[in-house]
Amino acid sequence: MIQVEGLSKKYARQVAVNNISFSVDKGDIVGFLGPNGAGKTTTMRILTCFMPPSAGRASVAGFDVFEKPFEVKKRIGYLPEAPPVYPEMSVVDYLRFVGQLKGVPGSELKRRTEEAMERCAVTDVRGKLIAKLSKGYRQRVGLAQAIIHNPDVLILDEPTSGLDPKQINETRELIKSLAGDHTIILSTHILPEVEAVCKKVIIINKGQLVATDSVEHLKHRGGTGNTVQVQVEATGVEDAVAVQQRLEQVPGVSKVLETSRSNDRFVFEVDSLSGHNVRPDVARAIVQSGWNLLEMKSTTFSLEEVFLQLTGGPVTDTAGGVQ
Amino acid sequence: MRNILTICRRELYSYFVSPIAWVLLTIFALLSGGFTTLITVAFVKASLEGQMTGQQMTMNVNEQVIGPLFSNMAVVSLFLIPLISMRLFAEEKRQGTIELLITSPVHDLEIILGKWLSAVIMYAALLFILFLDYLFLFAYGQPDWRPVATGFLGIFLQGACLLALGTFVSSLTRNQIVAGAIGFSLSLLLWILNWTTSFGNSPTVQFFNYLSIVSHFDSFVRGVIDTKDVIYYLSMIFLGLFLTSRSLESLRWRA
Repeated sequence: MIQVEGLSKKYARQVAVNNISFSVDKGDIVGFLGPNGAGKTTTMRILTCFMPPSAGRASVAGFDVFEKPFEVKKRIGYLPEAPPVYPEMSVVDYLRFVGQLKGVPGSELKRRTEEAMERCAVTDVRGKLIAKLSKGYRQRVGLAQAIIHNPDVLILDEPTSGLDPKQINETRELIKSLAGDHTIILSTHILPEVEAVCKKVIIINKGQLVATDSVEHLKHRGGTGNTVQVQVEATGVEDAVAVQQRLEQVPGVSKVLETSRSNDRFVFEVDSLSGHNVRPDVARAIVQSGWNLLEMKSTTFSLEEVFLQLTGGPVTDTAGGVQ
Repeated sequence: MRNILTICRRELYSYFVSPIAWVLLTIFALLSGGFTTLITVAFVKASLEGQMTGQQMTMNVNEQVIGPLFSNMAVVSLFLIPLISMRLFAEEKRQGTIELLITSPVHDLEIILGKWLSAVIMYAALLFILFLDYLFLFAYGQPDWRPVATGFLGIFLQGACLLALGTFVSSLTRNQIVAGAIGFSLSLLLWILNWTTSFGNSPTVQFFNYLSIVSHFDSFVRGVIDTKDVIYYLSMIFLGLFLTSRSLESLRWRA
């Protein structure tokens, strides 16, 4: 549905986007992730034909953004970071105007307006001036504006920024509910949002493409093998050393690290080589040696760590932590 | 065409839903009413005095009331026009709604024409008040209607041309006040350019005089539609709208 090849955008003094390529399939919800200033908005603006690229190509639904901007614009619904609403207009008048602007035929305009309002739950404020609406409502009017012409592709630039937690949840649910009919790209710098909403992630940093993968894959990408966290009840420090030594002898285990202790409870992180499932052996080793196995869980890297790792940010102490 | 009307209708909606339209209409009504009253009273007084002293004076409503009234209102509109045009693009840029317009399947030219047209209609609404003032003169006298018609055409063209320039100025900034101030200075500059005629009649002076917006207005008031003046106004309109389209395009490349 969306093809981007070698896209670059240079401004007078800086390179905002540098040679990025990715593709998005029909019906996907893709999270466009990166720290502030990474080039997310620039990329989205190129996709929506707001500005042309300096180099490279981008196409939406088979139409090049530079050569056939009209065809692209007809197929895209765009919600910029600040919803593009006219405060002096009422919700229904505004949506009708956008519908006309996007080329919705007069006979369908009324129906499409009602549908978009219904979908985004703004029907109850239809007659109100947009200036009087709360931020959450305004954002939903912005979304209604984006879907009014039933576009193939929705491009949402930080759709939840500046909302309160309840509104964020509502907006996310709304976006998820739109997924069936539309291909969605949403940009964000909030990681849980990607985990909550998206199937696929495109991570960019300083204008460079860092990773593009499914959320599941990315989470497993942090280490080469798997990490198992075990909590063992043992008596005394000598015992703990014994546990550690015993665990290191388990076939497939590459490293054992004691991460915390409180009273007689010791927590170890057991790294294994890829392809080995060491959990049954680890459990057996502990129990057969007479210690009490209190807890065992497999940890995956959270998206946050993957993200920080990929974008070169500081990795915090909680690396390998579990959610 | 449909897009131009869509955009024009929305702009008018904004004019009339916000206080701008009503404030402008009120100011214009007060000023045009004031000028009409003052000039008419002076005219009536002069004719009474003429009768009492028994002097034979030629009194002509067209020349002594309607003409000066048009000239005064043309100057007044120089001041009001920047207030009409300043928000056209500056407001869109400030609100971010320009992104909506540019990412919609409409041509730049349709956006520009729609906006300019709405400003012209807003201005025409002001002129309608002046028309109401003139109705009184027609009710109590028999002025020639033709110079009135050409006068309206002239003041309308003058406004349309300043609005085109104002649209351009508005597309340069996201600050309405800045757009208003620059538009106002531009109006003023185009007005005073014909004061250069006091320096003589050299080609330079003629050049500046031709550029001046007011010098083209006089013949309209006298009931003359001169192609030279019409071409001046139309080319200024074209210039303003052309510059706006360049400016809008540069926004896209710089943004």
